[in-house]
Amino acid sequence: MRKLLISIPVLFTFIMMIYSCQSADQVTQDLYYVSGRDYYIKYCQNCHGAKGEGLGALAPPLTDTVFLKENRNKLACFIKNGMSEPITIHGKKYEEKMPDFQTLGNIDIAKIVVYITNSFGNKQGMYPLEQANEDLKKCK
Amino acid sequence: MKLNFSIPTSFLFALALFVSSCQDTKKLPILGPREAVTVKNADGSMGVDTVYKTIPAFSFLNQDSVLINNDTFKDKIYIADFFFTSCTTICPTMHRNMKTIFEEYKENPEVMFLSHTIDFKYDKPSVLKKYAEKLGVDGPKWQFVYGSKDSIYKIAEKDYLVAVIEDSTNKDGYIHQGWLMLIDKNKRIRGAYDGTDDKQVAQLKKDVAILLAEDKK
Repeated sequence: MRKLLISIPVLFTFIMMIYSCQSADQVTQDLYYVSGRDYYIKYCQNCHGAKGEGLGALAPPLTDTVFLKENRNKLACFIKNGMSEPITIHGKKYEEKMPDFQTLGNIDIAKIVVYITNSFGNKQGMYPLEQANEDLKKCK
Repeated sequence: MKLNFSIPTSFLFALALFVSSCQDTKKLPILGPREAVTVKNADGSMGVDTVYKTIPAFSFLNQDSVLINNDTFKDKIYIADFFFTSCTTICPTMHRNMKTIFEEYKENPEVMFLSHTIDFKYDKPSVLKKYAEKLGVDGPKWQFVYGSKDSIYKIAEKDYLVAVIEDSTNKDGYIHQGWLMLIDKNKRIRGAYDGTDDKQVAQLKKDVAILLAEDKK
């Protein structure tokens, strides 16, 4: 009985520890998300729209979850260097050039990726700075 | 006694105010410089009349490489702006907003749209055609026009009162203002709206309706 009385608070503490760890991650992600939104409004929204809806056949929407997932490691490069190759989004071809954003820091790009991949119906979680640094090294 | 008198009076006064405000229909202002000129009246006496700024005669190539001019906009009200197809800053937002008005008045032949390109080097009619198709608005209702640098820049600054500058230090090569100008059937400027501001675009939508109603009388 005494063992049980002790083990319950211990177990409870452990669970709380794990729980609070997760929420700290969530807090970081939220921080990325919120400032990513500011960058999105400033740099991306004029073409891609407030709801990520795109603009006609000029700018693709950001709602193609499959594309975003498959190209997760290339998104940072797309933002930094722009795009001139045609891409297919939701089965539709987009061939307009996307401008580069060389002035953005890696951390800013990571924040934008977090915002985009967790908005507009996407829910793909955290994209940390370390990952962005690594992915940006491999840009073509 | 005093009270008995004042209540019906104030009611009457309120009613008069109410009725007069109903009759007061909204009218848009006429923008731009104006001058007073002396004119000869029908009876031979002299009088003074106001001459408002109007958009002068123009002719530009549109997205189908057809020469269009003022007559294209005869008896139409139209929304004019200045942009270029490779613009990455304010133009996409301006045209996204203009497109919502375009969709709203799709069936109304009295409303037209006129976008002038300020990129005289690259935006030839074929480029404009592609742009219009991709924006999803290609057709006679929304004209995209190309002209020489002089003619476009002059009409922008002198007549539509929109500043446009070629600037090699700018990443896109040009800087310009994002005004959407509302022009009436008498070629006068009746409103200027920031095409990147949702509130002002909403106001433009209301003002288009007011301007259309004005011409009905």
